[in-house]
Formats: sequence, structure tokens, C-alpha cells
Amino acid sequence: MSRDALRATFFEECEDLLSSMAEGLGRMVNADTPVDIETVHGVFRAVHSIKGGGGAFGLTTLVEFAHVFETVLDQMRSGKLAIESGAMQSLMRAFDVLSDLVAVARDGGSEPSQMAGILAELDALAEAGPGGDDGAMDFDFQPLTLDLGDLGEAATPAAVAQNSYSISLAPTGQLYARGHEPAAFLRALGQLGEVQLFPDTAAVAPLSQLDLSDPQLRWRMELTTTATREEVDAVFEFLGDSADVAVTDRMPEPIDDIAPCPPDTVAAEIPTATAPSTPQRAPTANIAPVSTPSEGSVSNLPIATTIRVNLDRVDRLINQIGELVIMEAMLAQAVASAGLRDNADVSTSLDGIKQLASNIQESVMSIRAQPLKPVFQRMDRIVREACDATGKQVRLVTIGESTEVDRTVIERLVDPLTHMIRNSVDHGIEAPAKRAATGKPAQGVITLSAAHRSGRVIIEVSDDGGGIDRPRVRDIAEERGLITSGAQLSATEIDNLLFMPGFSSKQEVSAISGRGVGLDVVRREIQSLGGRVTIQSVPGQGTVFSIALPLTLAVLEGMLISVGTETMVLPLSAITETILPDPAQIHSLGPTGRVVANRGDLVPMIHLADFFGLQPAEGDGAAVLVMVETDDGRRAALSVSAIHDQRQVVIKSLENNYGAVKGISAATILGDGRIALIIDPREIVERATLEQSPQPFATLG
Amino acid sequence: MRDMIDQHSTEKSDVVAFRIGDQDYCIDINTVREIRGWSSTTVLPHAPAYVTGMINLRGNVVAVIDLAARLGMGQTKPTLRHVVVIVTFGDQTVGLLADVVSDILGIGEADMKPLPEVGCETTRAFITNVITLEDGRMLRKLELSEVLPRRAEAGL
Repeated sequence: MSRDALRATFFEECEDLLSSMAEGLGRMVNADTPVDIETVHGVFRAVHSIKGGGGAFGLTTLVEFAHVFETVLDQMRSGKLAIESGAMQSLMRAFDVLSDLVAVARDGGSEPSQMAGILAELDALAEAGPGGDDGAMDFDFQPLTLDLGDLGEAATPAAVAQNSYSISLAPTGQLYARGHEPAAFLRALGQLGEVQLFPDTAAVAPLSQLDLSDPQLRWRMELTTTATREEVDAVFEFLGDSADVAVTDRMPEPIDDIAPCPPDTVAAEIPTATAPSTPQRAPTANIAPVSTPSEGSVSNLPIATTIRVNLDRVDRLINQIGELVIMEAMLAQAVASAGLRDNADVSTSLDGIKQLASNIQESVMSIRAQPLKPVFQRMDRIVREACDATGKQVRLVTIGESTEVDRTVIERLVDPLTHMIRNSVDHGIEAPAKRAATGKPAQGVITLSAAHRSGRVIIEVSDDGGGIDRPRVRDIAEERGLITSGAQLSATEIDNLLFMPGFSSKQEVSAISGRGVGLDVVRREIQSLGGRVTIQSVPGQGTVFSIALPLTLAVLEGMLISVGTETMVLPLSAITETILPDPAQIHSLGPTGRVVANRGDLVPMIHLADFFGLQPAEGDGAAVLVMVETDDGRRAALSVSAIHDQRQVVIKSLENNYGAVKGISAATILGDGRIALIIDPREIVERATLEQSPQPFATLG
Repeated sequence: MRDMIDQHSTEKSDVVAFRIGDQDYCIDINTVREIRGWSSTTVLPHAPAYVTGMINLRGNVVAVIDLAARLGMGQTKPTLRHVVVIVTFGDQTVGLLADVVSDILGIGEADMKPLPEVGCETTRAFITNVITLEDGRMLRKLELSEVLPRRAEAGL
């Protein structure tokens, strides 16, 4: 593996580690539940692994910062520093800096400006703990205090880069029978370095019952040495199977974790091949470019059951499965036309293939789906930063972060969500004083939730703030010329003004959400993902932004329709209903315009075959009307020749080999291998209303 | 076939020759991916008249261009005897509708003759060279970059 590849692996691991850190810190911050010490260990190990890996790549700044961070965490997990909210706030900020430093190390750029401040905070925390002296910034080897638990003894810190091993020795009767003497091994170990010996007499029977052929006396040793692992192993080399020996690189963890295990269990649980490297080695003391990535990982982390796969490969697989499904449909048609459908064997096999193909398709699609968790985790930080900038107190509550969405959707969701969260902190939540005045707790709550609902993913950002100040929104919109003064607007219409381009309700441009991008950008981004944003607000109680997204961008739930002689697909998400209109329902409006009256609403009619310039099918008078509603709430009745069934279609780009087509978003391949075009209802509605708008007088003459 | 390959020497380049109406055309063989029989296409709305429609090429959506219409010789009424030559030009894959593929020929650089001063401007833009064959036929070499619809204008 080249150094670059190693580097890439390191940064990928950093992503994972940072994400598990975020999770752990989140649990530690949560005051409602007592902190599990294992959580603190987990966070510590993550920082430590980043530090170790960073050292191997000579990322000095990152290593130094991680070290100070680690020192504070170490004091927390050893109970010397209380896990209280003040310290946790510092840790959260330190986590942000650490994330930034990793990003800087990967992509270049300057160090985060707040780093110096956070370092000072961390140092202060480290000083507060009794072991504060090892939190200093100079980065030679820093001894770590080993807490040996009930033994009450601390291992003597070593002066130079040293390895530390935990060795258990459980002799069998054979050892003595062959004339070996355990004391000889212990002396040999003593020559390698400093040994602390803990005899384990728990299993030794009273003298009267002692079975000399089955000795139960065991030893556990802590060896601090400059010798390598091989040299230590060599001591026990000729013991063979006459004793159970386990040599493990020692973790700087309380001995309690290991002690209750009988030595042979330890040997079984920590195979030497996966033993973690010596964490006590200061990274700068051992810059080994060839250090394997696994050295940075810690065995106690849950084993990741994931693999990293290039997205292109998954896409290729998805394409191939799509073809398989098409081929299967073609085969079925061929079988039917050959008159073999009645043959039980043939039809059973065919059904089997069909079932299998659709199962495979589903499985492959699920590969691309990923939980929203990483995105939600990032929002924690956004809230924190926005709070610091505005002086407000906000807690972010996330619900349903395991909800899975297509990967591409997730990636493109980060920016809109970031903006919405900032917006909620900045405009939604009131200042603490104002909250107190209205009897709300000083700390505001923003809830970020995700759930699957009827084939879509619904993501909601809700705050318990003051709600939308409608009179003010109205004033601003008038001021900016977005609406005419005195226009009759419903509450919903006023709320939706927030999505208008050029609307920014904050009087002064604020540092966090007033960056020239408004909610209109959010709406556009969400719409480009095939989703929609809606807003609901109750004055005094808060605002809810809802995003509805398709599960995937690769597959679309569509209705097959006939337009003239062609078969086309209309996205199901746009369809509100289909009607067979009574001629009395249709009214002409002007020379070409027609509207249909449906339950009191007058909806413009668009003749699709005309729109696409296609040959109308025969007897088009009895056309079916498909009522569609676009994401921005515009409605139209599309007149089509017939509607067929509803199915999932694989989206194929037209742009790759041809170009964009008016009113068409993409293409798909039907069961018979033919191409069907996927209609873009929004563009059709937009274009059709444009064409029907009145012509200026001048051009009429 | 073997004779044909043997004729090729290093300075010769291979072309695929096909017939449109009563005229012979050819394109560089390196651009040709495959040659298929005609299969019905899906009509593309708002497309220029020379775009016959879209076909499914093993899971990819490929536009078919009616060469006769593109060259101003009137629209083809495709039958099962017609062929679609799938070409890749740049990163774009397109099918060219022709009457029949006649030959694969090795053409020496010396045989490429400049286009005589006839024909309208569009014809001149599409054809780079002419080649006279021993049997008296004349091959017209097509310039693919001109024949293929540009992506930007395709949507108009």
C-alpha cells in the first residue's frame, strides 16, 4: 500500500472515529442519564487513535491537540475530573477543533482560529485534576499514570519510550514434570526490564487437598521494558504446551478490566495478532511511515461490520440489476408469445426468476441507503456554533437518526439542513431574556427528526421559539417589493414568503444565517432532490419546517400513462388524483385555454400530446385527466389518453447521450425493452402557464 | 474478409462504409461500437426532425439520428432492413440510422481527396473527404462532430 493510500485510509478512519466520538460525547453531555464509564473510554480511545495515526503521518499540530484533549479525557475516566456541564462544553468545542484539524490535515488550509482558546481551556481542565502536571504542551514522551485498581499501586512511569506488556503464566503439571522452574522465567523477564508480579492463588487448593500433578498457582506480570515483543516472547519460547502463556501489549486502562479473567481466558480473548499496539509510545518518539493502519485502531472498539466500496461499483451493480429485471420481463413476454406460459415447469421457473430478480434489486438498492446519523451529528456542532454567535441557549434533540436514505440524497442534504438549523437558532429561538418573560425555560429546544412515511422520508426541524412574526414578515416583503401593499394573504401565504428569493428577515445581516443565502436556496436544493419543504408556525409556540424527500434518486415510483401513441411515466409523487371528466366540467377560457371544474376548484387543463407535439390517439375525446400538484403548490390537470399501472422505474439519464428535453426529466426502460420518457410535471405546468399568459398588444398587431 | 484485412497496411485507416439512399458514406471504424438491426424507437418530443427517437442499448438510453434527414435528403421510413450504427464520439453515444452497411475498407491517406466545390454549406460541413473506389463508387467521409447534435442545442 502506498503512503498516499495509507493516508487516505487514515482519514477515512478519522471520519469513523470522529463520528463515534460525537456519539460518545453526546451521551456524556446528556445530563438525564448517568455517564457510563465505557463511553468515556470509547471517546478516549478515539482521540488516542487519531493521535497515534496523526503521529505516523507527522501531523504535529493535530497530535499535540489530540494529546491535550486526551489528557483531559484520561482524567475524566479515572474519576479525577468530574464530568460536568462546564467541562463538557469545553470538550464539545475541543471536538469541533479536532474535527477541523483533521480536515485541515487532509485538505490543507489554516488552523481553526479558536484553537488557542480551546487549548487554554483544556489545559485549565487538566490542571484542575490532580494529575495535571502531565497535561503540559511540550511533546516529548508524557508518562501516563497507570491505575492498578484494587492493588493500589501505580506502575513507575518509564523515562524513555518503552513497551509495556501484560503477561499471564499458568503452568501445567507438565512444566514441573519436565524440570522447568517458573522462577527462572521470572528472573529472565526481570533482566528485560521492570517486572511487577502478581501471583494468582485464587484457585490453589488447601495444602491437604493439593494435587501436585495439577498446579493451580498462576502469575500475572506487568513488564515495562525497552525490549521488543519478540524478545519477550523468546523468554517463553521453549515452554511449548507445558504452560499457558499470554503476552499482551498493555492498554493504559484500569487493571480491573482484565484482572477478573483467568489468564487462559485472556489468552483466548486477545489473540496476539489483534493485540493493540503500545499506546504509551509517544507518537513523536516513533514516527514510522510504514506503521500499519490497524495500529491506530483499538481492539476494544466494536468490530466494524462494514466495508468501503467505491460508489461507482455499486452504481454499476444497480445498472446491471436493472438490466436483469428488464431481461426477465422480456423473457416472460417471449415465453408467453411462444405459448409456453401454460407449461407448469416453465412458468414456475420464470416466477422464481422474477421473484429473485426483484429481491436482488431491493437488496442492491438498500446498499446505497445509509442512515442519516452522520448528517444529524454534524448539526450538533452547527447548533453549538450558532449559540455561541447569538448568545442563545439551545439544545438539539435528534429523533430517528437511523432512518436510511439514498447516499446521494444524504450528501446533498447537509447544506440545506445546516442552513435551516442556523435559521432556527437565529430567527426561531428567542433570546434567553425574552424566553424568561414568556415563561419558557431559558434553554430553547430544536428537534431534528426523520421518519419514513408513505414511501418518502420526512425530515422535520422544529423549534419551541416564538413562531413566525407574520406582521413583520409582511412588512419586509412589502418593503422589498415582493408583494404589493395591501395584498390579501393567508397565514400560510405569509409563511411561504420566507422562501421567496431576496427575502431576509433579519434587520442587520447576522454572522450566521444572513450570508446572502436565504431559505429560497434551501427550497431550491430540496426541490432539486425531488423533495418539497413546507412550513408551519404557531405564534408563541414555534415553527416546524418539514422536508419530504424521495427515498432514492435512482428509482422512481411512477404511473404509466399513454400520451398519444407513446407510453410515458408520470411521477406518482406529483399525482393527487385521476378523474374521468364529465364534458360539463370542462370550460373553455379564451381561444385555447381550458379549465376543469373539480369539486369547486378551477384547474387549468394541459393536453399532454399537444404539449409534446405527439400524434393524438384515436378517440381522444374521452381522455383521462390526471390531477398533478407541483412542489410549489401549483396545480394542473394533465389530459392523457389512458392510464395503465403504477410501478417502480429505474431512472436513466437523457443528458448523458443527448441533452435536456423540455418537460422530460429522464427516461426509463420498460419491461418490453422499450424506452419510456419520465415527465417532469413542474416544468410542464410552468411552461404551459407561460404559454397561456396574455400577449402584449403590440405583438398582436 | 481475410483479404480485406490483409490489404491493410500501416498508413491505411479503416472505415465502415454504409449506404444512405443511393449514396455511399463512411466513418472511421474506431468510432463504431456496434451495428444493430433496426428496432422501434421512442419518440422524443420537441426533437429536431433528424432525431428518430431513443432506443435501449443494453440499459443505456441512446438517441438515433436519421442520417438521411440530417444530410437533407428527406426523412427515412425505417424498416426492419435498416441498420443502426452505434458510434461513440467523445463521451456521447449515438445511433446512426443507415440503409445498409456495405463494407469495411482500408483507405490510404493518398486516396482521401478533398471535397469538390459543390453542394450547399451544410453538406460541406458534414463531409470532410471523398474517396473514389476501384469499382467506380464514391465514398463520402462523414465528420461526426458536425453530424451529432450538440448537447446544448439538443434541448431546444
